[in-house]
Amino acid sequence: MASLIEFENVEFNYGPARPVLRDCSFALAPSERLALLGANGSGKSTLLRLAVGLLHPRAGRIAAFGQPRAVERDFHEVRRRAGMLFQDSDDQLFCPTVAEDVAFGPLNLGKPRDEVRRITAETLRNVGLEGYEHRITYRLSGGEKRLVALATVLAMQPEVLLLDEPTAGLDEASSQRILQLLARLPQAMILVSHDRDFLGRIATHRLRLSEGRLLPADHE
Amino acid sequence: MVTQPTLLLRGPSLVDRIDPRVRVLAAVVFSIVTALLSSLVALGLALACTASLAMVSGLRLAPAARRLAGLNGVMLLLAAVVPLSVEGTALFALGSWTWSREGLLLAATIALKANAILLAVLVLLATLDLVVLGHALHHFYVPEKLVHLLLFTVRYIDVLEQEYGRLREAMRLRAFRPGLSSHTYRSFGYLIGMLLVRSVDRSERIVAAMKCRGFQGKFWLLDHFAMSWADAWFGAAAVAVVIGMIVLQWRA
Ligand SMILES: Nc1ncnc2c1ncn2[C@@H]1O[C@H](COP(=O)(O)OP(=O)(O)O)[C@@H](O)[C@H]1O
Ligand SMILES: [Mg+2]
Repeated sequence: MASLIEFENVEFNYGPARPVLRDCSFALAPSERLALLGANGSGKSTLLRLAVGLLHPRAGRIAAFGQPRAVERDFHEVRRRAGMLFQDSDDQLFCPTVAEDVAFGPLNLGKPRDEVRRITAETLRNVGLEGYEHRITYRLSGGEKRLVALATVLAMQPEVLLLDEPTAGLDEASSQRILQLLARLPQAMILVSHDRDFLGRIATHRLRLSEGRLLPADHE
Repeated sequence: MVTQPTLLLRGPSLVDRIDPRVRVLAAVVFSIVTALLSSLVALGLALACTASLAMVSGLRLAPAARRLAGLNGVMLLLAAVVPLSVEGTALFALGSWTWSREGLLLAATIALKANAILLAVLVLLATLDLVVLGHALHHFYVPEKLVHLLLFTVRYIDVLEQEYGRLREAMRLRAFRPGLSSHTYRSFGYLIGMLLVRSVDRSERIVAAMKCRGFQGKFWLLDHFAMSWADAWFGAAAVAVVIGMIVLQWRA
């Protein structure tokens, strides 16, 4: 089956100093849940950013949804079909109210307002935030912010989820809530996490990023 | 941190039922007309009406009084000084200084105006969430960029303050005590520089996150305000008050 996201010998560095990714190849197949492990600063977030075209590789090829993707314009479609959850929810939630933030993506996709309202209500219900529509995003707790951020991504009905440390900085109860939610989702996903237990329960494959290379980590 | 508008009200209030656009419009028109009036009777009506509105809508006394006290401190000063510089019938004199009746009346007019306008703004606008205010402004064709600037400021001022707090705390935990030394100035310079760098970083991450959700430069507003009968009644009352004020001014 065709893979959803595929890296082929991707190399990347921010400055001239030191390569972050040296030679990364992997493929994400439909309904696969890929765990991405690695020390702090090993380049996990960088890899996700490359996948949606926020950064471009110095060498190597990236393909998504069966097409090679190289320039900014190629990635507009990728961003519509792949939902990215950022490490810091404060970066992701910028609208004043929860409903507006969840609606931002679908509105950008050009959906009519009535449908957007329906999607917003439904998505909030799915993540267990019914009745949060008019809450002010910056007054939410850390756990609630992460759930809303996830809702903003899910509202775009993505085919793939790229989740950058979805439970980092959350307490046990909030982490559990996110975990249960993710386990129920049908989408293929790449999960960045340090949390063994978390990954153990929902990932189907594991890769470890180490010194700029991807190694299988299924037996850890 | 931005004051929470709900703290100004005692509970669910009459003004909550009025459409934000109507509130903005009413406050602006009322303030302009009040500022232009000079008749004491008309201004008395203006103040009486805003005071009643404040009472009916359950404006909390303490925060309102605090703001009014600040204003009226200045007004007292004016009442003491203005009559000195306005010519007219002398009320009383102290050596070579004479206080005129006309001057005192002028000071009273200014005080009435200022109090009426401040009260109107307190009840109608300060009780609006800034965010809602932003959207209402959008409906009055205030440039989109300005509205977004307002909304983003409201959204991120708290994050910035937390960031400042964290940095400041980290400094204190390493026994930093501000004093009159070059070390202090340099450290504060670093602190401000770091805040700037972090804000730029953050704004880049925000734009990246927005792009990931299909942002291509245009904002869409989800909520549309809805008018109701309450707005019609309030609007009619506001128009009646403003006309009353103008008529009284004309007669005077
Ligand atoms: N914007 C940037 N400019 C320069 N270097 C960066 C930038 N972002 C990350 N890096 C560096 O790239 C490396 C990988 O970062 P990152 O992908 O965020 O790691 P991870 O998410 O695995 O913790 C780190 O050494 C980091 O310092
Ligand atoms: Mg990271």
